[in-house]
This record gives sequence, C-alpha cells and structure tokens, in this order.
Amino acid sequence: MDYLTIIQILDSMLRLSAPLIFACLAGLFSERSGIFDIGLEGKMLASAFFSAAVAAATGSVWLGLMAGLTASMILAAIHGFASITFQGNQLISGVAINFLASGMTALIGQNWFRLGGRTPSLSGDGRFLPIEFPFAESIGKIPFLGPIYSELLSGHTILVYVALLTVPLTWWLLFKTRFGLRLRAVGENPEAVDTGGVSVSFLRYRAVLICGLLCGLGGAYLATGMAAGFIRDMTAGKGFIALAALIFAKWRPAYALYACLLFGFLEAIAIRYQNITIEGVGTIPVQFMQALPYILTIVILAGLVGKAIPPKAGGEPYVKER
Amino acid sequence: MKNLPKWIDLVLIPAINLFLAFMISGLVVVYIGENPFRAMQIIINGSLGSAYGLGYTLYYATNFIFTGLAVAVAFHARMFNIGGEGQAMIGGLGTALVCLFIDWPHWTIALPFAIMSAALFGAAWSAIPAYLQARRGSHIVITTIMFNFIAYSMMVYLLVHVLKPKGQMAPESAKFVAGSNLPSAHDIFGWFGMAFPKSPPLNVTFLLAMLACFLIWLFIWRTRMGYAIRAFGWSETAAVYAGISPFKIIMVTMLVSGGLAGMMSINSVMGEAERLLIDSVQGAGFVGIAAALMGRSHPLGVFLAAVLFGVLYQGGAELEFEMPAVSREMIVVIQALVILFTGALENLVRVPIGRIFMKLNAKQN
Repeated sequence: MDYLTIIQILDSMLRLSAPLIFACLAGLFSERSGIFDIGLEGKMLASAFFSAAVAAATGSVWLGLMAGLTASMILAAIHGFASITFQGNQLISGVAINFLASGMTALIGQNWFRLGGRTPSLSGDGRFLPIEFPFAESIGKIPFLGPIYSELLSGHTILVYVALLTVPLTWWLLFKTRFGLRLRAVGENPEAVDTGGVSVSFLRYRAVLICGLLCGLGGAYLATGMAAGFIRDMTAGKGFIALAALIFAKWRPAYALYACLLFGFLEAIAIRYQNITIEGVGTIPVQFMQALPYILTIVILAGLVGKAIPPKAGGEPYVKER
Repeated sequence: MKNLPKWIDLVLIPAINLFLAFMISGLVVVYIGENPFRAMQIIINGSLGSAYGLGYTLYYATNFIFTGLAVAVAFHARMFNIGGEGQAMIGGLGTALVCLFIDWPHWTIALPFAIMSAALFGAAWSAIPAYLQARRGSHIVITTIMFNFIAYSMMVYLLVHVLKPKGQMAPESAKFVAGSNLPSAHDIFGWFGMAFPKSPPLNVTFLLAMLACFLIWLFIWRTRMGYAIRAFGWSETAAVYAGISPFKIIMVTMLVSGGLAGMMSINSVMGEAERLLIDSVQGAGFVGIAAALMGRSHPLGVFLAAVLFGVLYQGGAELEFEMPAVSREMIVVIQALVILFTGALENLVRVPIGRIFMKLNAKQN
C-alpha cells in the first residue's frame, strides 16, 4: 500500500463519515435530553428523498436542502409529539418513523417521477459540487504534505466541512452555554430542571428539532452531495451505524467524531478491498468488515472495553406531579 | 383512568387507532389520485375473495404470528425485542442445516427436528443481547438492532462462501432433501378429497402457528414462570421483592422470544422456499412488532392482527397489479401508521376516551 493509496482511503473515509457525523450528533442532542431516537435512519432517508426531489424539480440544490431539512424536522416533530406530549414509547415511535420514511419516499417517489422510486439524476446546480481549496494543484506537488492538502482536505462538498464544524459547535453548545447545561440536565434528572422552573417539554422539543435538523443535513448530503440523486432505501443502515457510533462515543461530541471516522474508515476499506487477505492469517471477508461497527459496539456495550452509560432519564417520558 | 372496562381497552381503543391509521393511509391514496374505497375493495377481494388469495394471506399470517408472538412475549416482561428479523434469519439457518444434510425419510420425522433446530438457533441469537441486558444493563433494543445487522452480514457470508453449491451463481443454498418437504394446503385438502389451488405457499405450519398461540397463552397465563414474567413486567422492584430473579426472567423471556422468531423459518424456509435464501425473512420480524402492539400482546390478538397484516400483504400485491400508481410500499406506510397510532401515540386516543368514560360513569352514579 503506497502513500497515495493511504491518502485516497482517508479521503473516502472523510466522505463516508460526514453523514454519520451529522446523524450521530443528531442522536447526541436527542439522547442527551432524554429522548431515545432510533429513527435517525428514517429522518435521513426522508431528507435524502425530498432534497433530491426538490433539487431535481427546481434545479437548485439549496431549495432541495431546505425541503430535506423540513421533511426531516417534520418527522422529528412527530417523534417529539409522540414521546414528549403524549408520553408514548420512544422506541416504538422511532420504529414507526423509520417505516413511515421508507414507505413514503418509495411511494411518493414512484408517484412523482415514475422511475421505480428513484429521483432523476442531479447535475450542475442541482447538487453540491466539490470545493477545490486555493492553490490545491500547486501545493499538491509538494512531496508528502502536499497530497494531504490537495487530495485529503480539498475537494469535498461544503456539507463535509459543515459536518466537521458541527462537532466543535455541538461541544460548545452542550458544554459552554446555559441551554446546553439545561439540556444535559433534562436528560439526567428532569425533576430537578422542572423544579428549577425550566420547561422540560420545551427543552426536549428543541433538542428533538435540532436532531431533525442535523439528520436532515446528513440525508441531504447523501442524495445531493455524495450521490447524484435518490435511490430507494439509500441510507442503508447508516442511521443505525450512527447510533452505534453514539454509544461507542459514550454520548460525547469529540468521541463521536472519532467513532464516525473509524466507522467511515472501515467502510472505505470494505469498499476498496472487498476481501482482504493477510498473509498467515487468512482472508477477512467483506461481510465481516461491514458487520465490524456493530460488533465493536456490542463489545463496548458488553463492558469489555470501558463502559457506556447512557443519560439517566433516557427513554422515560416525564410525567409532572405524579 | 386505570379502571377502564376491558372491552374499551381491548376492542374500542385498538379499533379507533386502526381506523385513524387507515384514514391517513386513505388520504395518501387520495393524494396519489386514486379512490381509497376502491383500493380497499381490491385489497379485501384480492386477499379473502378466493381460495388462491386466502392461501397467500394465511401464509403471510403464519410468518407474522410467529414474529408477533416473539415480540408479545418480550413485551410481557417489558422488553422490546426488535431483533426478530435477525433471530428469524438465524432460525432459518438452523432449519436449513437440518433439511440440507440429513436424508429424512418422511416430513413428520423431519419436522420436530427442524422445529427444535430453528428454535434453538433463534434463541441462541437472542441469548447474547439477553445476557448483556441481564448482567450488564445494555439496552436490549440497541443490542438486538446490532444483532440484526450482524445476522445479515453473516448470512450473506455463509450463503456466498459456504452453503452455495459449486457452480451456482445465485447466493442460495441447494434445494432441501425431498423428505423434508412439508405438505402444502393443496396436499392437505387433497387427503380429504377437497380441492385447493396448488400455487399458494400456505402449508401445515399454519396449524403449528395456531398451536403456538395456544401454548404461549398457557405459558403466560397458566404457568408459574408466566406469572413471574408478568409480575416482572408490571414492577421490577415488586418482582425482586417477591423473590423473582430478574436475570432468570430476562433470559427465559428472551430465549422464548428468539425461539419463536426462529420458528418462523419453518414456514418460510422449510415450507415455502425449500432452500435457504439471503433474505428469507423479508421484514416479517418488523411486522411482528405491529402485530404484537395491535394484538395487545395477547396470543388471540396477535393471531387476529397477523391475519390482518396477511390481508394487507396479499391485498397490497393485488393492489399494485390493479392500481399501478399505488405501489407495494403503501403496505409499509400502513404498517408504520399502525405502529405509530397503536404504539407510540396510544395516549392520543386513550386519554380522551378515558375522560369520556369517566364522565358517563359519574352521571350514572
């Protein structure tokens, strides 16, 4: 494996990690406020579809992005409605949202475009194009460090950079602002927050909507940045990998970035090499690489390496004055 | 509000929830530009209107009964087993291993062994999440989701690299030995001199599913263990105080649940495909969640809900044929809405109904 190959793998790692980072941070906001969300997948899927559909219809990727964000946030609002206002089971609500997105996108997609659930291919202003950093070509000629700038860092779509910036932003919001302190408190001990005169419901609704917004960015990136259009069930489990990354990261923003980069790296390797043969060990099948994020998460959950402790009030609807 | 009469809890509220789900689905059909009443008529005619349709409807229902019971049993211990999909997949592996490598003289001998193997494999796949929940407190929902994906990767690997016969392109196992083929509804009706179409995959497993409903009812409501499971589900602290071991309850419940999900493969793998395919479950594990929610975790309710989803699956296939604008995914939407209204948004209906009932009661007194 030569140097340029490594750079290329890392480059595709960044590309593949971006949707995971969005979804993982989305889940982080929601779960830190005490609302479990296994509907990340569905929200990303809805956003992927509506962003691609509107971008295809209007030719503007920005209008597409708005549509995607709206769709994702509507699903997030339904989740909030069920789990905050009606104190329903958050996990069941998440399952329902995943199915709703999967069914609706295929149904409406077929109805609008008659392409078997796909949207037309996007081109030009209809999708996010790679941004070349200044002087990328000339700096790329510098040995060793050059390719890191020109190949690895430069040449991604804007949403990849937004994803990377969202990590410190999330950290700042959660750990350096009053809103963040309250949000974390409401996920650990909602009674205390309520006693302090702060509305538990309003806080949780804001967290759930931020979750919808970030899932929407992730979904829009899949359909209009990474690919050029929507295909059926194109999230293909990314929402669940993000959920795994969230546990892997123990609900902390910086670790979430590392976990998503790790899982993106595994995916990049699996795509590039299919079956890996290591001399003296044997062949590692590509299916093992695909299952590895889940296996690693189980290992973490089993407490073999550290212990993942979720927010204390997670999954419990808050009932005032019992 | 806790003292709602049983018929309101078990019949009226699910009926209203179902009505809401169907109403919104109907609006979706209107949006697409078709007549929802005609769509409903096609669904009912296509699934119940002929022996052919009924054969498919009950075949699907058989799958959903097993996965529905699996989710329902776990619900009684207040656990959400979302891993039916993976457990059924691995159960299929258990069924396939029994039916591939042993030359069975007759299906009546093959069937008990296949059932044992399917249940054992399914239960084994739920054992690790159960153990992690019981000993480490890892959330069963998260672990069973992860195990669904791991199961899928494992099945792809096994079918592509291990079980696929040499020289075959499609990633599926060889055909099972002839002695393991279960009698279809066509055969069974034939024994009594009655006619039933040959193509529907409905087979003897349907009777097995009905038996499973009865046995699960016995288990949950008529055994000491079942009582312990329900007590644990109502209040863990009270159960512990009564000397019930949470570890034991979680393990037993999840093993039974996984075993039931695994037994679904008797219907789909041994009864229908007669070989192991990559996706032998086709989402039935998730339909089981809807069936268990609608059926209020009672075997009879699960049975009825499973038949309803059988109607939707078979009718949905006919619908796509008759109304090309309404694709098969309509069923997924209906399923999502049923899960949403009967599961997550339950209080949307329950609270107002409870209030109305209280008022009526107060007047009477």
